[in-house]
Amino acid sequence: MTFKTTRLLLAAAFLGASAFGATAADFKPENPECIAPANPGGGWDFTCRQVGKTLQDLKLLDKTMQVVNLAGGGGGVAFAEVVNKRDDDNDLIVAASSATATRLAQGAYPGNTMDQVRWVASVGADYGVIAVAADSPINTLPELLDEIKNNPTSISVAGGSAVGGWDHLKVLIAANAYGIEDVRKVKYIAFDGGGEAVTQLLAGSVQAFTGDISEAKGFVDSGDIKVIAVLAPERLPGEFADFPTAKEQGIDAIGANWRGFYAPGKMSDEAYNAWVSKVSDLYSSDEWKAIMAANGLAPLDLQGEEFEQFVANSVQQIQNISKEIGIIK
Amino acid sequence: MDTLSSLADGFVIALTWQNLLLALLGCFLGTIMGALPGLGPSNGVAILIPLAFTLGLGATPSLILLTSVYYGAMYGGRISSILLNIPGDEPAMMTCLDGYPMAQQGRAGEALSLSGVASFVGAFIATWGLILLAPQLVKIALLFGPAEYFALFTLAFATLGGVASTNQAKTAFAAALGIGLATVGVDTQTGVPRFTFGEVHLYDGIDFLVAIVGLFALSEVFLFLEHRHGNAEANASKVSVGRLMPSFALLKYCTPTMLRTSLLGFVAGVLPGAGASLGSFVSYTFEKKLVDKEGTFGKGDPRGVAAPEAGNNAAAGGALVPMLALGVPGSGTTAVLLAVLLALNITPGPLLFTQQPDVVWGLIAALFIANFMLLAMNIPMIGLFTRVLLVPPRILMPIVAMVSFVGIYGISGSSFDLLVMVGFGVLGWVLRKLDVPLVPIILGTLLGNAMENNLRRAITISNGDWAVLVGSPLSIGLWSLAIIGFVLPIIFGRVLKARMRHMKKDEESSTID
Repeated sequence: MTFKTTRLLLAAAFLGASAFGATAADFKPENPECIAPANPGGGWDFTCRQVGKTLQDLKLLDKTMQVVNLAGGGGGVAFAEVVNKRDDDNDLIVAASSATATRLAQGAYPGNTMDQVRWVASVGADYGVIAVAADSPINTLPELLDEIKNNPTSISVAGGSAVGGWDHLKVLIAANAYGIEDVRKVKYIAFDGGGEAVTQLLAGSVQAFTGDISEAKGFVDSGDIKVIAVLAPERLPGEFADFPTAKEQGIDAIGANWRGFYAPGKMSDEAYNAWVSKVSDLYSSDEWKAIMAANGLAPLDLQGEEFEQFVANSVQQIQNISKEIGIIK
Repeated sequence: MDTLSSLADGFVIALTWQNLLLALLGCFLGTIMGALPGLGPSNGVAILIPLAFTLGLGATPSLILLTSVYYGAMYGGRISSILLNIPGDEPAMMTCLDGYPMAQQGRAGEALSLSGVASFVGAFIATWGLILLAPQLVKIALLFGPAEYFALFTLAFATLGGVASTNQAKTAFAAALGIGLATVGVDTQTGVPRFTFGEVHLYDGIDFLVAIVGLFALSEVFLFLEHRHGNAEANASKVSVGRLMPSFALLKYCTPTMLRTSLLGFVAGVLPGAGASLGSFVSYTFEKKLVDKEGTFGKGDPRGVAAPEAGNNAAAGGALVPMLALGVPGSGTTAVLLAVLLALNITPGPLLFTQQPDVVWGLIAALFIANFMLLAMNIPMIGLFTRVLLVPPRILMPIVAMVSFVGIYGISGSSFDLLVMVGFGVLGWVLRKLDVPLVPIILGTLLGNAMENNLRRAITISNGDWAVLVGSPLSIGLWSLAIIGFVLPIIFGRVLKARMRHMKKDEESSTID
């Protein structure tokens, strides 16, 4: 029965292929592999595993996608490995996010640039949030930024990334948009991951938290923290609709931590198109929509060329901010 | 009562044939992974995630499989510590100190079964703690800000003197070396790379797994090469295995130790960022301070085997508390389990216990089942494990070298880490020649980073005011403990030792008479 279905699918794929000329369906990865450039347990690992599982559930891949954790250098080890050793591998994709773009923009992958790889597609975005403890006297983003402007030493902002990382940049983008001239005055405390940062907000060690919605969600539901701004262009759908955007509070700041994939730079066009179409089929499936909803991922639907352009723009934007705040020269 | 009926529901969920088989499989694979140097619980769980997904398991069965692997690996880590003096994973480091001497005295069987029982007691108590106290325990984790964490880590270092009694200066040197190694990598508080020499592999710092395998396993191989060069007939194969089961008297003798250290380990596990290694370390040093009147710790004292094993298994259970109740992993392994939960569309956090009780209670019931299974599986297998001792070193050592290389390459997939491991192997060999203890080095690399970061966080938050370090009753308490732990042995150690020598002489002369 399964055999028959496979044959039918193959036949359909073949017909489809002949209709559109040489499209993606010709290529089938023999040993699909996804590199998560971090240790198990982080966002990149999650992206690889969740996408691999869903691709298989949807029968877009007939083999299990092998997830390889290649940690080091904030993704730099994996990037260098792909560029130097696996430049023409057709079976490989690598999980990436805003953090990848941030490090590429700041030159933190020595000798590597974004055009050495091919950018496949995004699978969603995690919009940044700024939150305070439930019992904090601060209720809106302007109140928080006012306090930072007038009395910068009184507010410590905790986040899960290192100084200069994406969580840090998000709060700086907001501060910059509010008109705080010297954003270096913002007191940022780096913790090992968003979970630890939220815990310290609950413990009262810090006054504010910058991170992703997925990190804050559990604590908003339990009423322990309140989100004072989400850095999205408009209010998010569903259960996140209660969070006010920074924009509606008069602060034009957007910070999206997108999640997606890149592939080796010399991957064949055939294979590249196949991966793009697989990920885009995944993106439009109901299964993936359910996963996005459960994890607070917002829509970000970009594939192939479009995605490449988007990454290039975000690298440029981060480069500009980083220069402004003096992280790079 | 409410809790007990929920637990009963959990057992109903967990006690199906499929789940029992998964638990058995998990326990078995976990034990093996724990015993292999390099492959610790976190890698073990990570390796088996695809298996859970390929089998198309639901949330509860997947968690049962993976937590069985977790508990299994915590059990398994002790095996290679005791038999080979090579820790199977980082929390099992402390078990080497007394486990290996016991094995050398021909008491390997006893050490293994005793540590199996200690592991059981620790895990059993911790699982009950998880059931009864999880919601309240979260509050303990919230008492710890950066200043308190710094005090806690200082406490760990202050009691280091208890680890290696031979030469305190060498211990201090080893700890300083470890802390120094911990500074390699990108500094999170400024984003500046330190001591990386432009090498991107060093940006994340030195992986302590690589350090452990190099320092312990490879240096052992080097020592062997040096001693046995051209002399293949090793006399180590004459080591006898001894009795397999501990006597009831020995178990009774170690029971207070196991109970105390289970509690201590559990609390250490609950604190995010402290974890099982700190649990087993603190358990060992405190137990040594408390009961080691004759100075037998480190020379094959059974209590020195029971203490860290009960401690680290209790910490493994404790680490599940912040993971389930806060969504904050207390250790590397729980970070992986957290990712699995997310991948299964379960959001851990304060509401998990009320929103998805079947998952939580099924998991807890599975922990009990896995724990009993592990005890039942480990005791009969001791006879098999101890055969390792009968393998002549000329065969065993190449296997150790091979497992080390394959293990480390399997985790990181980078040949750079292999070079670092060989470097640590040479370092370990030199340090052993100089009689410098290795445990403080690992402790330094393991905790040095967290200690430094928390100090700097605390000082940044307080705008440079150092008084914040003693700003809460909790941190004052921790500091006093640290000071007492550091100063007391220096002052009273000599007096006590002298008196002890005196007493011993008296005893000897009285028996002679």
